[in-house]
Amino acid sequence: MSAGVGVNLEDLWIKFGDFVAVREANVNINGGDFFSFLGPSGCGKTTILRAVSGFLEPSQGNVLIGGNNMKGIGPNKRPTALIFQNLALFPLMKVWENITFSMEIKGASAKERRKRADELLDMIALTGQGDKLPAELSGGQKQRVAIARALCAEPDVLLLDEPLSALDLKLRQHMRSELREIQKRVGITFIYITHDQGEALTMSDNIAVMRAGVIDQIGDGKTIYNDPMTPFAASFVGENNVFRGRVKQVSGNEVMVTTNRSGDLMARVANGTEGRLKEGDEAMLFIRPEAFSLAPVGTQGDHFVTAQVTKEEFEGNTFNIFMEGDGGKEIKVALPNLGQSFESHQGEAMTLEYQVRNAVALPAGVLATE
Amino acid sequence: MKNFSLMRISIWVYLALFFSYLLGPLVIMSVTAFNSPGFPRAAPWECLTFEWFSALFQDERILNGIKNSILVGVGTVTLSVSMGLAGALMLTQIWPKLRATYYTIIIAPILIPGVVIGISTLVFWDRVNRMFGLDADSFLSNGLFLTIIGQSTFIASYCMLVLVARLQRYDTGLTEAALDLGATHAQAFRKVLLPFMRPAIASAAVLAFLASFENYNTTTFTFGEYPTLTIELAQKVRYGITPAISALAFIIVLLTVFAALFNEAHIRRKELVAAARKSATVEELGSGNFRLPGFLSSNTAAVVLVVVAMMTIAVVGSATVYSPQQCIADVKEQKRMETEVRIQELRQRRADEAARRAAEQADQAEQEPAVEAAPKPSNNSGFGGVFAPGALQDDGADASEEEPEKPGNDSGFGSVFDPNALQSE
Ligand SMILES: Nc1ncnc2c1ncn2[C@@H]1O[C@H](COP(=O)(O)OP(=O)(O)OP(=O)(O)O)[C@@H](O)[C@H]1O
Ligand SMILES: [Mg+2]
Repeated sequence: MSAGVGVNLEDLWIKFGDFVAVREANVNINGGDFFSFLGPSGCGKTTILRAVSGFLEPSQGNVLIGGNNMKGIGPNKRPTALIFQNLALFPLMKVWENITFSMEIKGASAKERRKRADELLDMIALTGQGDKLPAELSGGQKQRVAIARALCAEPDVLLLDEPLSALDLKLRQHMRSELREIQKRVGITFIYITHDQGEALTMSDNIAVMRAGVIDQIGDGKTIYNDPMTPFAASFVGENNVFRGRVKQVSGNEVMVTTNRSGDLMARVANGTEGRLKEGDEAMLFIRPEAFSLAPVGTQGDHFVTAQVTKEEFEGNTFNIFMEGDGGKEIKVALPNLGQSFESHQGEAMTLEYQVRNAVALPAGVLATE
Repeated sequence: MKNFSLMRISIWVYLALFFSYLLGPLVIMSVTAFNSPGFPRAAPWECLTFEWFSALFQDERILNGIKNSILVGVGTVTLSVSMGLAGALMLTQIWPKLRATYYTIIIAPILIPGVVIGISTLVFWDRVNRMFGLDADSFLSNGLFLTIIGQSTFIASYCMLVLVARLQRYDTGLTEAALDLGATHAQAFRKVLLPFMRPAIASAAVLAFLASFENYNTTTFTFGEYPTLTIELAQKVRYGITPAISALAFIIVLLTVFAALFNEAHIRRKELVAAARKSATVEELGSGNFRLPGFLSSNTAAVVLVVVAMMTIAVVGSATVYSPQQCIADVKEQKRMETEVRIQELRQRRADEAARRAAEQADQAEQEPAVEAAPKPSNNSGFGGVFAPGALQDDGADASEEEPEKPGNDSGFGSVFDPNALQSE
């Protein structure tokens, strides 16, 4: 299996008039990677993908595919294939004609095309359905046809624009693993766009977190989840509780933050943000719901939080407790269901404990609004 | 309750009136095409005849007109569909700020009277012709060229409207997908956009052809050496019409009905197939007991189509074996007899009159008011023989038969103005 063709975005800016849709993007995507752009709706993900596939000329900066600058090269000449947000299957062509469209363009005979279509149909588990029209397929089947059509063009880079967003939950989960498997099999670079952090985490080798045209952080799923570098990344990827405050003291990799509601709390500095927090700076402290455990009520200390319980809910695998938090937001606590008994503490004060290594302190910034 | 049924009845009456108003003239006209008298009429049915159809197909001018109409139609369809498509593509791709202005400009020819378009086409191309220093029989003043150009100016706008409606439902993502898969812009246009537009292009072409075929007021200025069918008909009507024109109308009506039914049946069948395919995907295609619903079941258009087709075949079939000669001869004979009877009557009357005059003269003066005392025409014979079958028939056919009737000269009106005629009743 080849190493695949890498993609580099160098100081990429894309503007629509005065509006800056993408600002100073610098991304290196390794050949053969499954790379995701993760961000909320309207943050410029599709715009980046269109710049890579050639439908959009960057206002500034370069797109390199396999080391070659793509400036001035049209979409039909680039070694990319795009799977559109709405799939864009050709409605009047049969499935097999759709799949082999790229061969028809090059003048391949109907027999050759049919043969290739059958191979690809086998691969996407739609054997014998080549003579249907796209309208006669289910959502997941259409999805797979779109993938087969893109793969048939033998691109070096496959670009996928939220291809699963239209599917229902079950099918989405199924297609996730299927996509991942296809990627491993064909070994080409996949650039995947999603606003679903679960999707990005489960499938990707690397993820770029985007916010309003800016790339906040690039890293593998574990890094982004455990060591978010901005408040946005911390709050957008997975659930997180935020405690606002001011830095009281910095000691090596640990910070003491005087929070607005919960007293002084200790946290560690995320990898890659060392030295950014100074004494007296405004800071945000992030602790994930699953990082808490119960402690005797009223325990004082720099890794204990006491607050009023507002709501409780049983979710099966976890027991969720919501407590009065900072700035009108609730603190969410998810206790794993290990068969222990949960007593209701609705309206009472409770004390939570966390490990300092599970709390991350970052310079204050914009949070994801979700 | 009563009101309700009354309303229903009045609705039915209204519908009946409405449809007879709409279709009545067509029906009457169609009937006249099969009646033997030389003037198109349906009322006194004489003989079933197909001679007007053969007369039609022997009329050089009509045939030439049809040929020219088709030539113009084909040219107009080609020109206006391609102009319409170009316009529609422009409209969907143009800068949004200019879109409204562009739309107005493109639509304007529909609102301009055809006469104006005809005149301006003629004047404009004449200028162009002179500008190039060409003479009067150059290509630019050719009737065919001018007519096609003139008609296309506004028919292209119709086409554009039809095409824009379809184009608005086109997902430009499809073109992008094609480009992304390596197609050139031309290939994307030919393989993706054009097939999508095909139904609309077909509608636009039909519309353009019909609009071109029936156009008179633009064409009348531009036809030059190439009179189209409408022009020929208009010129013919000026010199009186024959049922051959009814025959032409009948053929056109039949073709239209046939095409409409065929189209309807086709659409219905497509829907049925689509529905069948859809349900098949749900119920598994291979389960064996799946069957296309019969073409004719639940498809009235198809049934009517088949009936019309069979009727046409029957009519054409009988036309080849049926000979109206005998009937026409019979009618002629009958008319001759009638005329003879009338002549006899006339002679009788004249003889009576002569006798009476003689008596009156002998009787002398006093009884002069006899004429004034004659009663008012008693409706029945009031119009004399105007509507008598024989009255008009014989003008051309047999001069010899007309001879005996000549004496009165006012034979067309029988003897209405003869005061004595009334007394003979
Ligand atoms: N052609 C355009 N002209 C002007 N603005 C545009 C254009 N295309 C996109 N934008 C703007 O750029 C921003 C980013 O759009 P983009 O389509 O990349 O979002 P996205 O991240 O893909 O969102 P989603 O998840 O909803 O698809 C949006 O604010 C959008 O309004
Ligand atoms: Mg998008």
